[in-house]
Amino acid sequence: MHPAFSVIFLTTLIGAGQGLFLALFTGQIFSQFKLMPAQNDYNFYVIGSLIALVLMALGLFSSFFHLGHPERAWRSAAKWRTSWLSREVIALPATMIAIFVYGLAHYMGWKDPIFTMPGGTAVDATLLAGLVATVLTYTLFVCTGMIYGCIKFLQEWHTPLTVINFILMGTASGFTLATALSAYMGTDLTSFYASWAIFFTLLALIFRLASIQRNKRIKPRSDLKTAIGVNHNKIRQMSQGSMGGSFNTREYFHGKKAGFVKSIKVIFLILAFIVPLVLLGISLGSPSAYVVPALAILIQYLGLLAERWYFFADANHPQNMYYQQIS
Amino acid sequence: MTQLALVIDLNVCVGCHACVTSCKEWNTSGQAGPLVDKNAYGEDPTGTFFNRVQSFEIGTYPQTETVHFPKSCLHCEEPPCVPVCPTGASFKREEDGIVLVDYDKCIGCKYCSWACPYGARELDEQQRVMKKCTLCVDRIYDESLPEDERKPACVLSCPTSARLFGDIHDENSEVSRAIREDAGYQLMPEWGTKPSNHYLPRRKTRVKIYKDELERVDNPLSKEERKRHNAPGTGPSLDDMTSW
Repeated sequence: MHPAFSVIFLTTLIGAGQGLFLALFTGQIFSQFKLMPAQNDYNFYVIGSLIALVLMALGLFSSFFHLGHPERAWRSAAKWRTSWLSREVIALPATMIAIFVYGLAHYMGWKDPIFTMPGGTAVDATLLAGLVATVLTYTLFVCTGMIYGCIKFLQEWHTPLTVINFILMGTASGFTLATALSAYMGTDLTSFYASWAIFFTLLALIFRLASIQRNKRIKPRSDLKTAIGVNHNKIRQMSQGSMGGSFNTREYFHGKKAGFVKSIKVIFLILAFIVPLVLLGISLGSPSAYVVPALAILIQYLGLLAERWYFFADANHPQNMYYQQIS
Repeated sequence: MTQLALVIDLNVCVGCHACVTSCKEWNTSGQAGPLVDKNAYGEDPTGTFFNRVQSFEIGTYPQTETVHFPKSCLHCEEPPCVPVCPTGASFKREEDGIVLVDYDKCIGCKYCSWACPYGARELDEQQRVMKKCTLCVDRIYDESLPEDERKPACVLSCPTSARLFGDIHDENSEVSRAIREDAGYQLMPEWGTKPSNHYLPRRKTRVKIYKDELERVDNPLSKEERKRHNAPGTGPSLDDMTSW
Protein backbone atom coordinates (compact mmCIF):
# COMPACT_ATOMS: atom_id res chain seq x y z
CA MET A 1 0.00 0.00 0.00
CA HIS A 2 1.02 3.59 -0.53
CA PRO A 3 1.73 5.13 2.90
CA ALA A 4 -0.31 8.31 3.30
CA PHE A 5 1.22 10.78 5.72
CA SER A 6 -2.18 12.02 6.85
CA VAL A 7 -2.98 8.55 8.20
CA ILE A 8 0.56 8.02 9.53
CA PHE A 9 0.26 11.22 11.60
CA LEU A 10 -3.31 10.41 12.63
CA THR A 11 -2.52 6.97 14.01
CA THR A 12 0.77 7.90 15.71
CA LEU A 13 -0.50 11.17 17.23
CA ILE A 14 -3.74 9.79 18.64
CA GLY A 15 -1.82 6.70 19.80
CA ALA A 16 0.58 8.86 21.80
CA GLY A 17 -2.32 10.95 23.15
CA GLN A 18 -4.22 7.88 24.22
CA GLY A 19 -1.06 6.41 25.76
CA LEU A 20 -0.38 9.63 27.66
CA PHE A 21 -3.87 9.57 29.13
CA LEU A 22 -3.44 5.92 30.12
CA ALA A 23 -0.17 6.88 31.80
CA LEU A 24 -1.83 9.70 33.73
CA PHE A 25 -4.64 7.48 34.89
CA THR A 26 -2.28 4.64 35.80
CA GLY A 27 -0.38 7.08 38.01
CA GLN A 28 -3.61 8.22 39.65
CA ILE A 29 -4.83 4.64 40.18
CA PHE A 30 -1.54 3.64 41.80
CA SER A 31 -1.67 6.51 44.23
CA GLN A 32 -5.41 6.20 44.82
CA PHE A 33 -5.08 2.55 45.73
CA LYS A 34 -2.10 3.44 47.87
CA LEU A 35 0.39 1.43 45.90
CA MET A 36 2.44 4.58 45.68
CA PRO A 37 2.72 7.73 47.81
CA ALA A 38 -0.28 9.95 47.12
CA GLN A 39 0.23 12.57 44.45
CA ASN A 40 -0.77 16.08 45.25
CA ASP A 41 0.42 17.83 42.11
CA TYR A 42 -2.89 18.01 40.25
CA ASN A 43 -1.37 20.39 37.71
CA PHE A 44 0.38 17.36 36.29
CA TYR A 45 -2.92 15.65 35.47
CA VAL A 46 -4.43 18.84 34.07
CA ILE A 47 -1.47 19.65 31.83
CA GLY A 48 -1.07 15.99 30.89
CA SER A 49 -4.72 15.76 29.82
CA LEU A 50 -4.29 18.97 27.86
CA ILE A 51 -1.28 17.60 26.01
CA ALA A 52 -3.13 14.35 25.29
CA LEU A 53 -6.03 16.37 23.91
CA VAL A 54 -3.74 18.52 21.76
CA LEU A 55 -2.07 15.41 20.32
CA MET A 56 -5.40 13.81 19.49
CA ALA A 57 -6.73 17.05 18.02
CA LEU A 58 -3.63 17.27 15.80
CA GLY A 59 -4.22 13.68 14.72
CA LEU A 60 -7.84 14.45 13.94
CA PHE A 61 -6.77 17.54 11.99
CA SER A 62 -4.25 15.50 10.06
CA SER A 63 -6.88 12.90 9.14
CA PHE A 64 -8.85 15.52 7.23
CA PHE A 65 -6.03 15.73 4.69
CA HIS A 66 -6.78 12.14 3.78
CA LEU A 67 -10.29 13.00 2.63
CA GLY A 68 -11.37 14.08 -0.81
CA HIS A 69 -14.28 16.00 0.72
CA PRO A 70 -13.37 17.04 4.29
CA GLU A 71 -16.51 19.19 4.49
CA ARG A 72 -18.59 16.01 4.37
CA ALA A 73 -16.64 14.33 7.16
CA TRP A 74 -19.63 14.53 9.50
CA ARG A 75 -21.37 11.92 7.34
CA SER A 76 -18.79 9.32 8.30
CA ALA A 77 -20.42 8.59 11.65
CA ALA A 78 -23.41 7.06 9.88
CA LYS A 79 -22.44 3.42 9.34
CA TRP A 80 -21.05 2.49 12.75
CA ARG A 81 -22.95 -0.79 12.62
CA THR A 82 -20.72 -2.16 9.87
CA SER A 83 -17.67 0.06 9.44
CA TRP A 84 -14.71 0.22 11.81
CA LEU A 85 -13.78 3.55 10.25
CA SER A 86 -17.17 4.93 11.21
CA ARG A 87 -16.72 3.53 14.73
CA GLU A 88 -13.36 5.26 14.97
CA VAL A 89 -14.93 8.52 13.84
CA ILE A 90 -17.32 8.25 16.80
CA ALA A 91 -14.80 6.87 19.31
CA LEU A 92 -12.18 9.56 18.69
CA PRO A 93 -14.23 12.61 19.72
CA ALA A 94 -15.91 10.57 22.49
CA THR A 95 -12.50 9.71 23.93
CA MET A 96 -11.39 13.32 23.60
CA ILE A 97 -14.48 14.52 25.47
CA ALA A 98 -13.90 11.94 28.22
CA ILE A 99 -10.25 12.98 28.58
CA PHE A 100 -11.37 16.62 28.64
CA VAL A 101 -13.82 15.84 31.45
CA TYR A 102 -11.06 13.96 33.27
CA GLY A 103 -8.71 16.96 33.01
CA LEU A 104 -11.54 19.31 33.97
CA ALA A 105 -12.36 17.24 37.06
CA HIS A 106 -8.74 17.57 38.15
CA TYR A 107 -8.66 21.27 37.33
CA MET A 108 -11.86 21.99 39.23
CA GLY A 109 -10.71 19.80 42.08
CA TRP A 110 -13.78 17.58 42.17
CA LYS A 111 -12.23 15.39 44.81
CA ASP A 112 -15.21 14.87 47.11
CA PRO A 113 -15.79 11.12 47.35
CA ILE A 114 -18.96 10.10 45.56
CA PHE A 115 -18.92 6.77 47.31
CA THR A 116 -16.44 4.62 49.19
CA MET A 117 -15.44 1.18 48.03
CA PRO A 118 -15.39 -1.73 50.53
CA GLY A 119 -11.59 -1.49 50.75
CA GLY A 120 -11.91 2.05 51.99
CA THR A 121 -10.92 3.70 48.73
CA ALA A 122 -12.82 6.88 48.06
CA VAL A 123 -14.17 7.10 44.53
CA ASP A 124 -14.38 10.66 43.26
CA ALA A 125 -15.33 12.30 39.96
CA THR A 126 -11.76 12.16 38.58
CA LEU A 127 -11.62 8.41 39.09
CA LEU A 128 -14.99 7.84 37.43
CA ALA A 129 -14.16 10.12 34.50
CA GLY A 130 -10.80 8.39 34.14
CA LEU A 131 -12.47 5.01 34.13
CA VAL A 132 -14.87 6.03 31.36
CA ALA A 133 -12.03 7.60 29.40
CA THR A 134 -9.94 4.43 29.79
CA VAL A 135 -12.71 2.27 28.36
CA LEU A 136 -13.11 4.72 25.48
CA THR A 137 -9.36 4.89 24.91
CA TYR A 138 -9.17 1.14 24.47
CA THR A 139 -12.27 1.22 22.28
CA LEU A 140 -10.54 3.77 20.10
CA PHE A 141 -7.38 1.66 19.94
CA VAL A 142 -9.42 -1.35 18.83
CA CYS A 143 -11.33 0.69 16.24
CA THR A 144 -8.14 2.15 14.77
CA GLY A 145 -6.43 -1.22 14.65
CA MET A 146 -9.47 -3.01 13.23
CA ILE A 147 -9.74 -0.56 10.33
CA TYR A 148 -6.62 -2.29 9.05
CA GLY A 149 -7.07 -5.67 10.71
CA CYS A 150 -10.54 -6.35 9.29
CA ILE A 151 -9.52 -6.39 5.62
CA LYS A 152 -8.93 -10.07 5.22
CA PHE A 153 -7.11 -10.09 1.90
CA LEU A 154 -4.51 -7.64 3.18
CA GLN A 155 -2.93 -10.62 4.87
CA GLU A 156 -0.11 -8.60 6.48
CA TRP A 157 -2.75 -6.67 8.43
CA HIS A 158 -5.37 -9.34 9.00
CA THR A 159 -4.08 -10.53 12.36
CA PRO A 160 -4.76 -9.74 16.04
CA LEU A 161 -1.17 -8.45 16.12
CA THR A 162 -2.33 -5.34 14.26
CA VAL A 163 -4.63 -4.27 17.09
CA ILE A 164 -2.17 -5.40 19.77
CA ASN A 165 0.64 -3.41 18.15
CA PHE A 166 -1.47 -0.27 17.85
CA ILE A 167 -2.29 -0.54 21.56
CA LEU A 168 1.26 -1.35 22.68
CA MET A 169 3.05 1.23 20.55
CA GLY A 170 0.56 3.96 21.46
CA THR A 171 0.85 3.09 25.14
CA ALA A 172 4.65 2.93 25.00
CA SER A 173 4.95 6.38 23.40
CA GLY A 174 2.39 7.77 25.85
CA PHE A 175 4.30 6.51 28.88
CA THR A 176 7.58 7.84 27.47
CA LEU A 177 5.89 11.20 27.01
CA ALA A 178 4.58 11.00 30.58
CA THR A 179 8.13 10.33 31.79
CA ALA A 180 9.39 13.44 30.03
CA LEU A 181 6.46 15.50 31.30
CA SER A 182 6.82 14.42 34.91
CA ALA A 183 10.57 14.98 34.78
CA TYR A 184 9.98 18.46 33.38
CA MET A 185 7.35 19.30 35.98
CA GLY A 186 9.47 17.83 38.72
CA THR A 187 6.90 15.39 40.09
CA ASP A 188 8.26 12.30 41.78
CA LEU A 189 6.56 10.03 39.25
CA THR A 190 9.43 10.05 36.76
CA SER A 191 10.97 6.75 37.77
CA PHE A 192 7.51 5.17 37.96
CA TYR A 193 6.69 6.26 34.41
CA ALA A 194 10.16 5.47 33.10
CA SER A 195 9.92 1.88 34.32
CA TRP A 196 6.43 1.47 32.84
CA ALA A 197 7.61 3.07 29.58
CA ILE A 198 10.49 0.58 29.45
CA PHE A 199 8.05 -2.25 30.07
CA PHE A 200 5.65 -1.17 27.32
CA THR A 201 8.41 -0.31 24.83
CA LEU A 202 9.94 -3.73 25.38
CA LEU A 203 6.56 -5.43 25.04
CA ALA A 204 5.80 -3.42 21.89
CA LEU A 205 9.18 -4.42 20.45
CA ILE A 206 8.48 -8.10 21.10
CA PHE A 207 5.06 -7.95 19.45
CA ARG A 208 6.31 -5.86 16.54
CA LEU A 209 9.09 -8.41 15.92
CA ALA A 210 6.46 -11.13 16.13
CA SER A 211 4.40 -9.45 13.40
CA ILE A 212 7.53 -8.95 11.25
CA GLN A 213 8.26 -12.66 11.60
CA ARG A 214 4.66 -13.55 10.81
CA ASN A 215 4.54 -11.36 7.73
CA LYS A 216 7.77 -12.85 6.43
CA ARG A 217 6.11 -16.22 6.13
CA ILE A 218 2.82 -15.17 4.61
CA LYS A 219 1.67 -17.24 1.69
CA PRO A 220 -0.55 -15.11 -0.52
CA ARG A 221 -3.90 -16.80 -0.92
CA SER A 222 -4.46 -15.21 -4.30
CA ASP A 223 -2.21 -15.53 -7.29
CA LEU A 224 -2.51 -14.74 -10.99
CA LYS A 225 -4.26 -18.07 -11.48
CA THR A 226 -7.26 -17.07 -9.40
CA ALA A 227 -6.94 -13.40 -10.37
CA ILE A 228 -7.73 -14.07 -14.02
CA GLY A 229 -8.99 -17.63 -13.65
CA VAL A 230 -6.49 -19.42 -15.85
CA ASN A 231 -5.05 -22.60 -14.40
CA HIS A 232 -1.48 -22.36 -15.58
CA ASN A 233 1.76 -21.93 -13.65
CA LYS A 234 3.29 -19.55 -16.16
CA ILE A 235 1.21 -16.41 -16.45
CA ARG A 236 2.79 -13.07 -17.24
CA GLN A 237 1.09 -9.75 -17.66
CA MET A 238 1.80 -8.09 -21.00
CA SER A 239 -0.31 -4.99 -20.63
CA GLN A 240 -2.22 -3.40 -17.77
CA GLY A 241 -4.51 -1.65 -20.19
CA SER A 242 -3.11 1.85 -19.97
CA MET A 243 0.19 3.51 -20.79
CA GLY A 244 -0.06 6.12 -18.03
CA GLY A 245 -0.62 5.66 -14.33
CA SER A 246 -3.98 5.36 -12.66
CA PHE A 247 -5.42 5.32 -9.17
CA ASN A 248 -4.59 1.63 -9.14
CA THR A 249 -0.89 2.24 -9.72
CA ARG A 250 -0.69 5.14 -7.24
CA GLU A 251 -2.75 4.03 -4.25
CA TYR A 252 -1.52 0.48 -3.79
CA PHE A 253 2.20 0.69 -4.58
CA HIS A 254 4.71 2.43 -2.32
CA GLY A 255 7.00 2.89 -5.31
CA LYS A 256 10.20 2.47 -3.32
CA LYS A 257 12.98 -0.05 -3.80
CA ALA A 258 13.04 -3.13 -1.57
CA GLY A 259 16.28 -1.92 0.01
CA PHE A 260 14.66 1.35 1.05
CA VAL A 261 11.76 -0.47 2.71
CA LYS A 262 14.19 -2.76 4.49
CA SER A 263 16.25 0.17 5.75
CA ILE A 264 13.09 1.80 7.12
CA LYS A 265 12.46 -1.39 9.06
CA VAL A 266 15.91 -1.25 10.66
CA ILE A 267 15.53 2.49 11.32
CA PHE A 268 12.20 2.14 13.09
CA LEU A 269 13.39 -0.79 15.19
CA ILE A 270 16.31 1.34 16.39
CA LEU A 271 14.51 4.67 16.77
CA ALA A 272 11.17 3.51 18.15
CA PHE A 273 12.47 0.84 20.50
CA ILE A 274 16.24 0.48 21.07
CA VAL A 275 17.22 4.14 21.54
CA PRO A 276 14.21 5.01 23.74
CA LEU A 277 14.91 1.95 25.89
CA VAL A 278 18.48 3.13 26.49
CA LEU A 279 17.40 6.71 27.17
CA LEU A 280 14.62 5.60 29.50
CA GLY A 281 17.13 3.44 31.33
CA ILE A 282 19.32 6.51 31.84
CA SER A 283 16.26 8.47 32.91
CA LEU A 284 15.47 5.79 35.46
CA GLY A 285 18.84 6.47 37.07
CA SER A 286 18.58 10.25 37.07
CA PRO A 287 14.89 11.18 37.28
CA SER A 288 15.44 14.92 37.49
CA ALA A 289 17.04 15.39 34.07
CA TYR A 290 14.13 16.02 31.72
CA VAL A 291 16.23 16.39 28.56
CA VAL A 292 16.89 12.65 28.40
CA PRO A 293 13.24 11.49 28.42
CA ALA A 294 12.30 14.44 26.18
CA LEU A 295 14.86 13.18 23.69
CA ALA A 296 13.48 9.67 24.20
CA ILE A 297 9.93 10.64 23.22
CA LEU A 298 11.09 12.72 20.24
CA ILE A 299 13.19 9.87 18.88
CA GLN A 300 10.50 7.32 19.68
CA TYR A 301 7.90 9.38 17.86
CA LEU A 302 10.14 9.67 14.78
CA GLY A 303 10.64 5.92 14.99
CA LEU A 304 6.91 5.33 15.19
CA LEU A 305 6.39 7.50 12.10
CA ALA A 306 8.85 5.21 10.31
CA GLU A 307 7.11 2.18 11.79
CA ARG A 308 3.73 3.30 10.48
CA TRP A 309 5.25 4.02 7.06
CA TYR A 310 6.62 0.49 7.01
CA PHE A 311 3.30 -0.89 8.22
CA PHE A 312 1.60 0.50 5.09
CA ALA A 313 4.41 -0.27 2.68
CA ASP A 314 4.56 -3.84 3.99
CA ALA A 315 0.96 -4.62 3.03
CA ASN A 316 0.66 -6.12 -0.42
CA HIS A 317 -2.75 -5.60 -1.98
CA PRO A 318 -3.97 -8.42 -4.26
CA GLN A 319 -5.04 -5.89 -6.89
CA ASN A 320 -1.34 -5.24 -7.54
CA MET A 321 -1.27 -8.48 -9.52
CA TYR A 322 -3.32 -6.73 -12.19
CA TYR A 323 -0.80 -3.89 -12.48
CA GLN A 324 2.59 -5.47 -13.09
CA GLN A 325 3.39 -4.36 -16.59
CA ILE A 326 2.60 -1.15 -18.46
CA SER A 327 2.87 -2.79 -21.88
CA MET B 1 -34.11 -11.39 -6.56
CA THR B 2 -32.48 -9.89 -9.58
CA GLN B 3 -28.73 -9.70 -9.90
CA LEU B 4 -27.64 -7.94 -13.04
CA ALA B 5 -24.16 -8.82 -14.19
CA LEU B 6 -21.83 -9.15 -17.13
CA VAL B 7 -20.52 -12.42 -18.49
CA ILE B 8 -17.30 -11.94 -20.40
CA ASP B 9 -16.19 -14.59 -22.84
CA LEU B 10 -12.39 -14.72 -22.85
CA ASN B 11 -12.55 -17.14 -25.74
CA VAL B 12 -14.06 -14.45 -27.91
CA CYS B 13 -12.46 -11.25 -26.62
CA VAL B 14 -9.86 -9.97 -29.07
CA GLY B 15 -8.60 -7.17 -26.84
CA CYS B 16 -9.70 -4.29 -29.09
CA HIS B 17 -10.51 -1.90 -26.19
CA ALA B 18 -13.81 -0.90 -27.82
CA CYS B 19 -15.58 -1.54 -24.51
CA VAL B 20 -13.05 0.71 -22.74
CA THR B 21 -13.60 3.69 -25.02
CA SER B 22 -17.33 3.14 -25.27
CA CYS B 23 -17.61 2.95 -21.47
CA LYS B 24 -15.55 6.09 -21.07
CA GLU B 25 -17.59 7.94 -23.69
CA TRP B 26 -20.93 7.06 -22.15
CA ASN B 27 -19.98 7.60 -18.56
CA THR B 28 -18.03 10.81 -19.07
CA SER B 29 -21.04 12.38 -20.77
CA GLY B 30 -23.62 11.51 -18.14
CA GLN B 31 -25.32 13.66 -15.55
CA ALA B 32 -23.07 12.26 -12.80
CA GLY B 33 -20.19 14.36 -14.12
CA PRO B 34 -17.14 13.58 -16.21
CA LEU B 35 -14.62 10.81 -15.72
CA VAL B 36 -11.79 13.24 -15.47
CA ASP B 37 -8.55 12.92 -17.41
CA LYS B 38 -5.41 14.73 -16.38
CA ASN B 39 -2.56 15.44 -18.81
CA ALA B 40 -4.51 13.53 -21.42
CA TYR B 41 -1.97 14.57 -24.05
CA GLY B 42 0.89 15.28 -21.69
CA GLU B 43 3.83 13.36 -20.37
CA ASP B 44 2.14 11.42 -17.60
CA PRO B 45 -1.49 10.94 -18.60
CA THR B 46 -3.94 9.61 -16.06
CA GLY B 47 -7.68 9.42 -15.76
CA THR B 48 -10.67 7.67 -14.33
CA PHE B 49 -11.83 4.56 -16.12
CA PHE B 50 -14.53 2.08 -15.17
CA ASN B 51 -13.26 -0.60 -17.49
CA ARG B 52 -9.88 -1.67 -18.76
CA VAL B 53 -8.68 -4.46 -21.02
CA GLN B 54 -5.50 -6.12 -19.84
CA SER B 55 -3.44 -8.74 -21.64
CA PHE B 56 -1.73 -11.77 -20.21
CA GLU B 57 0.63 -14.27 -21.74
CA ILE B 58 0.07 -17.86 -20.68
CA GLY B 59 2.83 -20.45 -21.07
CA THR B 60 6.40 -20.32 -22.30
CA TYR B 61 7.31 -19.15 -25.78
CA PRO B 62 6.61 -20.56 -28.34
CA GLN B 63 3.89 -22.51 -26.53
CA THR B 64 2.03 -19.38 -25.53
CA GLU B 65 -1.45 -18.07 -25.64
CA THR B 66 -2.56 -14.49 -25.17
CA VAL B 67 -5.56 -13.86 -23.01
CA HIS B 68 -7.22 -10.47 -23.21
CA PHE B 69 -8.88 -9.75 -19.94
CA PRO B 70 -11.48 -6.98 -19.57
CA LYS B 71 -11.62 -5.83 -15.96
CA SER B 72 -14.30 -3.77 -14.28
CA CYS B 73 -16.34 -3.82 -11.07
CA LEU B 74 -17.71 -7.32 -10.56
CA HIS B 75 -20.80 -6.21 -8.60
CA CYS B 76 -20.15 -8.84 -5.94
CA GLU B 77 -23.06 -10.49 -4.19
CA GLU B 78 -21.09 -10.02 -0.96
CA PRO B 79 -19.34 -6.75 -1.78
CA PRO B 80 -16.51 -6.17 0.75
CA CYS B 81 -16.40 -2.49 -0.25
CA VAL B 82 -19.93 -1.72 0.97
CA PRO B 83 -19.90 -2.47 4.74
CA VAL B 84 -16.60 -0.62 5.26
CA CYS B 85 -17.94 2.65 3.86
CA PRO B 86 -18.35 4.99 6.85
CA THR B 87 -20.99 7.20 5.23
CA GLY B 88 -23.19 4.70 3.41
CA ALA B 89 -22.23 6.29 0.08
CA SER B 90 -21.33 2.82 -1.20
CA PHE B 91 -24.36 0.63 -1.46
CA LYS B 92 -25.74 -2.41 -3.21
CA ARG B 93 -29.15 -1.93 -4.76
CA GLU B 94 -31.80 -4.29 -3.47
CA GLU B 95 -33.76 -4.37 -6.71
CA ASP B 96 -31.03 -5.35 -9.17
CA GLY B 97 -27.85 -5.97 -7.17
CA ILE B 98 -25.85 -3.16 -8.77
CA VAL B 99 -23.14 -1.79 -6.45
CA LEU B 100 -23.14 2.00 -6.69
CA VAL B 101 -21.50 5.04 -5.10
CA ASP B 102 -23.53 8.08 -4.12
CA TYR B 103 -21.20 10.85 -5.31
CA ASP B 104 -22.97 13.38 -3.09
CA LYS B 105 -22.32 11.38 0.07
CA CYS B 106 -18.82 10.06 -0.64
CA ILE B 107 -16.13 11.78 1.45
CA GLY B 108 -13.28 10.35 -0.64
CA CYS B 109 -11.59 8.46 2.21
CA LYS B 110 -10.54 5.63 -0.17
CA TYR B 111 -11.26 2.97 2.44
CA CYS B 112 -13.60 1.10 0.07
CA SER B 113 -10.83 0.92 -2.52
CA TRP B 114 -8.60 -0.77 0.05
CA ALA B 115 -11.38 -3.24 0.77
CA CYS B 116 -11.80 -4.31 -2.88
CA PRO B 117 -9.39 -7.13 -3.77
CA TYR B 118 -9.91 -6.51 -7.49
CA GLY B 119 -8.91 -2.85 -7.58
CA ALA B 120 -12.20 -1.99 -9.24
CA ARG B 121 -12.59 1.44 -7.63
CA GLU B 122 -10.84 4.63 -8.62
CA LEU B 123 -10.77 8.01 -6.92
CA ASP B 124 -11.64 10.73 -9.39
CA GLU B 125 -8.83 13.28 -9.26
CA GLN B 126 -11.12 16.24 -9.85
CA GLN B 127 -14.39 15.36 -8.18
CA ARG B 128 -12.51 13.74 -5.26
CA VAL B 129 -15.03 10.93 -4.92
CA MET B 130 -14.77 7.20 -5.47
CA LYS B 131 -16.01 5.97 -8.83
CA LYS B 132 -16.64 2.60 -10.35
CA CYS B 133 -18.63 0.76 -13.00
CA THR B 134 -22.36 1.46 -12.66
CA LEU B 135 -23.41 -1.20 -15.19
CA CYS B 136 -24.69 1.88 -17.06
CA VAL B 137 -27.53 2.22 -14.60
CA ASP B 138 -28.49 5.46 -16.35
CA ARG B 139 -28.93 3.61 -19.61
CA ILE B 140 -30.35 0.16 -18.94
CA TYR B 141 -33.60 1.58 -17.53
CA ASP B 142 -33.91 4.48 -19.97
CA GLU B 143 -37.26 4.00 -21.66
CA SER B 144 -36.51 6.66 -24.25
CA LEU B 145 -34.02 4.23 -25.78
CA PRO B 146 -35.10 1.36 -28.02
CA GLU B 147 -35.36 -1.79 -25.95
CA ASP B 148 -32.38 -3.55 -27.52
CA GLU B 149 -30.18 -0.56 -26.63
CA ARG B 150 -31.00 -0.72 -22.92
CA LYS B 151 -27.71 -2.46 -22.22
CA PRO B 152 -24.38 -1.27 -20.82
CA ALA B 153 -22.30 0.68 -23.32
CA CYS B 154 -19.51 -1.89 -23.23
CA VAL B 155 -21.88 -4.70 -24.18
CA LEU B 156 -23.31 -2.78 -27.11
CA SER B 157 -19.90 -1.82 -28.43
CA CYS B 158 -18.25 -5.24 -28.32
CA PRO B 159 -17.63 -6.21 -31.96
CA THR B 160 -17.26 -9.90 -31.15
CA SER B 161 -20.15 -10.13 -28.68
CA ALA B 162 -17.77 -11.24 -25.97
CA ARG B 163 -19.82 -9.40 -23.36
CA LEU B 164 -23.21 -10.65 -22.27
CA PHE B 165 -25.50 -8.77 -19.93
CA GLY B 166 -28.41 -10.05 -17.91
CA ASP B 167 -29.79 -11.40 -14.66
CA ILE B 168 -27.65 -14.22 -13.31
CA HIS B 169 -30.37 -15.17 -10.80
CA ASP B 170 -32.79 -15.97 -13.61
CA GLU B 171 -31.79 -19.46 -14.60
CA ASN B 172 -33.28 -19.10 -18.06
CA SER B 173 -31.41 -15.94 -18.94
CA GLU B 174 -28.71 -15.86 -21.60
CA VAL B 175 -26.06 -15.13 -18.98
CA SER B 176 -27.11 -17.96 -16.67
CA ARG B 177 -27.08 -20.39 -19.55
CA ALA B 178 -23.64 -19.21 -20.61
CA ILE B 179 -22.29 -19.63 -17.07
CA ARG B 180 -23.87 -23.05 -16.75
CA GLU B 181 -23.03 -24.48 -20.14
CA ASP B 182 -19.72 -22.79 -20.91
CA ALA B 183 -18.06 -23.22 -17.50
CA GLY B 184 -18.42 -19.65 -16.28
CA TYR B 185 -16.18 -18.81 -13.33
CA GLN B 186 -15.58 -16.03 -10.80
CA LEU B 187 -12.39 -14.12 -10.02
CA MET B 188 -10.59 -14.79 -6.70
CA PRO B 189 -13.36 -16.96 -5.28
CA GLU B 190 -11.16 -17.58 -2.21
CA TRP B 191 -12.26 -14.33 -0.52
CA GLY B 192 -15.96 -15.16 -0.48
CA THR B 193 -16.94 -11.99 -2.30
CA LYS B 194 -19.14 -13.95 -4.73
CA PRO B 195 -18.58 -11.75 -7.78
CA SER B 196 -21.67 -11.47 -9.97
CA ASN B 197 -19.69 -10.89 -13.14
CA HIS B 198 -18.47 -14.17 -14.54
CA TYR B 199 -15.85 -15.03 -17.10
CA LEU B 200 -16.02 -17.78 -19.67
CA PRO B 201 -12.74 -19.64 -20.14
CA ARG B 202 -10.71 -20.11 -23.27
CA ARG B 203 -11.93 -23.18 -25.12
CA LYS B 204 -10.15 -25.37 -27.64
CA THR B 205 -12.23 -25.83 -30.76
CA ARG B 206 -11.09 -28.85 -32.75
CA VAL B 207 -12.95 -30.32 -35.70
CA LYS B 208 -12.26 -33.96 -36.45
CA ILE B 209 -12.79 -34.69 -40.14
CA TYR B 210 -12.86 -38.25 -41.41
CA LYS B 211 -11.82 -38.96 -44.94
CA ASP B 212 -15.14 -40.41 -45.98
CA GLU B 213 -16.77 -37.19 -44.94
CA LEU B 214 -14.92 -35.40 -47.71
CA GLU B 215 -16.79 -37.38 -50.32
CA ARG B 216 -20.55 -37.64 -50.30
CA VAL B 217 -21.52 -41.26 -50.06
CA ASP B 218 -24.88 -40.43 -51.61
CA ASN B 219 -23.45 -38.47 -54.52
CA PRO B 220 -25.82 -39.08 -57.47
CA LEU B 221 -22.93 -39.06 -59.91
CA SER B 222 -20.97 -42.27 -60.32
CA LYS B 223 -17.23 -42.32 -59.60
CA GLU B 224 -16.40 -42.28 -63.30
CA GLU B 225 -18.80 -39.49 -64.01
CA ARG B 226 -17.30 -37.47 -61.18
CA LYS B 227 -13.79 -37.97 -62.48
CA ARG B 228 -14.83 -36.95 -65.94
CA HIS B 229 -16.78 -34.04 -64.58
CA ASN B 230 -13.85 -32.68 -62.57
CA ALA B 231 -11.11 -33.20 -65.15
CA PRO B 232 -9.90 -29.86 -66.50
CA GLY B 233 -11.07 -28.98 -69.95
CA THR B 234 -13.84 -31.53 -69.96
CA GLY B 235 -17.36 -31.59 -68.67
CA PRO B 236 -19.87 -28.81 -68.82
CA SER B 237 -18.65 -25.23 -68.39
CA LEU B 238 -20.30 -21.86 -67.98
CA ASP B 239 -20.22 -21.51 -71.75
CA ASP B 240 -22.64 -24.40 -72.02
CA MET B 241 -25.20 -22.57 -69.88
CA THR B 242 -25.12 -19.06 -71.22
CA SER B 243 -25.02 -17.54 -74.61
CA TRP B 244 -23.02 -14.38 -74.81
